[in-house]
Amino acid sequence: MYANITGENPYAVPMRIYPAPHYTMGGLWVDYDLMSTVPGLFVIGEANFSDHGANRLGASALMQGLADGYFVLPYTMGGYLATAGTSSVKTDHAEFQAAAKAVDERGRKLMGIGGKRSPDSFHVELGKVMWDECGMARTAAGLKKALVKIPEIREAFWKDLRIPGGASDMNQTLEKAGRVADFLEFAELMCQDALAREESCGGHFREEYQTSEGEAKRDDEKFAHASVWEHLGEGKAPAMHKEPLTFENVHLATRSYK
Amino acid sequence: MDLTLNVWRQTGPKAPGRFEKYAAKGISEHISFLEMLDLVNEGLLAEGKEPIAFEHDCREGICGSCGMIVNGSAHGPKKLTTVCQLHMRNFKDGDVIHVEPWRARAFPVIKDLVVDRSSFDRVIQKGGFISTNSGSAPDANAVPVPKHDAESAMDAAACIGCGACVAACPNASAMLFVAAKVAHLGRLPQGKPEKDRRVVGMVEQMDAEGFGNCTNHYECMEACPKGIDVKFIAEMNRAYAKAGVSRTEEKADGGTG
Repeated sequence: MYANITGENPYAVPMRIYPAPHYTMGGLWVDYDLMSTVPGLFVIGEANFSDHGANRLGASALMQGLADGYFVLPYTMGGYLATAGTSSVKTDHAEFQAAAKAVDERGRKLMGIGGKRSPDSFHVELGKVMWDECGMARTAAGLKKALVKIPEIREAFWKDLRIPGGASDMNQTLEKAGRVADFLEFAELMCQDALAREESCGGHFREEYQTSEGEAKRDDEKFAHASVWEHLGEGKAPAMHKEPLTFENVHLATRSYK
Repeated sequence: MDLTLNVWRQTGPKAPGRFEKYAAKGISEHISFLEMLDLVNEGLLAEGKEPIAFEHDCREGICGSCGMIVNGSAHGPKKLTTVCQLHMRNFKDGDVIHVEPWRARAFPVIKDLVVDRSSFDRVIQKGGFISTNSGSAPDANAVPVPKHDAESAMDAAACIGCGACVAACPNASAMLFVAAKVAHLGRLPQGKPEKDRRVVGMVEQMDAEGFGNCTNHYECMEACPKGIDVKFIAEMNRAYAKAGVSRTEEKADGGTG
């Protein structure tokens, strides 16, 4: 695969390895049974936050798919279905109607902006801000800068986006715009979370918090918790909940590769 | 490099399609074919035109979402390579490239290069379930699998369901796909109890979807980005014949036994 992508034979030429963004760490909040805050909505595998956060290691998708699928869900999902039962859901339900209307309106709103720029152009601009200010190494000053820039990009997005075509048939530009709109919200949350975490932990290196040798410096007194952000509605600041990390058998220590 | 693209544009399943010519200028040899299309699309969007619709997801050659006919070949000229992994160094300056959707009755065009492959999903659904105990996970060594069977099942399981086999076949046959799916469970002990029902169900659904039959052109194997071997088709035919002989009707009440 490497040879195919780069056109170089890694047996003859040294492999070129460089850092790159690889998903976001963390995921949707779930309880111990892997159920989200919506009753009956289970979030499984990498989509939930339960097994990764500070780090997202290679093959974690496989690991979590197996762990959730083999060891958790056979009990918890069956348990939910046994107690809650199943019933046929109709589309004339008020909640369904409201959700369908909201999706429809959002699509129309995106289609109706009538600006000049493509969704990708905003995505690239946002990506650059995240790469520069919320990458593997970040600082409070940089994150604050990003928290100024992201709302500016979002404002430009909602003013200057252009989506050709219609909303009633397949429109991949509209699909992409919907995702970029989500990314614009999510990027802001990521920066807020990074700013709140005044320590270096896992894959997240806050430059202010390092040892004299340049290694990541955790602050277990203050930050041995998973940060769970609650969405309180559009335009409102999210609320943070702390889920303490408690260790019964393995005690917190700093890993050293030296 | 500068290229000329002739891309199939079709606004909907019933609309007539046509080739449209686009210039792709200053294309780096290091980008993939889909990234090249992304750039062409950004150009189209800048002019306020509708971009070329095409499917993609992982762009790592493992999800099976992408697929198009490039210069007459499914997934393009490079063997064992999905079009997302096809890099522009396989082309040269001044090339004229024709890009078309998969063409098969069972894969109606949705838009431009996007076809409806839900017929594959229905074939898979007809494969049904495998019987297994729910509850705690079995020990890894509880069911011994001979090495040859494990490897052969893995070879079949490499199929990503992209549909290149159908697009490459003069009969628009889905036999390589269906055979791979039949074999990857049928070869394993876990898949044995339902093997007859599975092969009959999947083959009947394949025919019902309007896929053609195999007349041994082997174009499918040539086009397959995962190198699925046509020997699985022979295996499927044998399993189908055997299942037809030995299968008994399933009774709703479970029989009198």
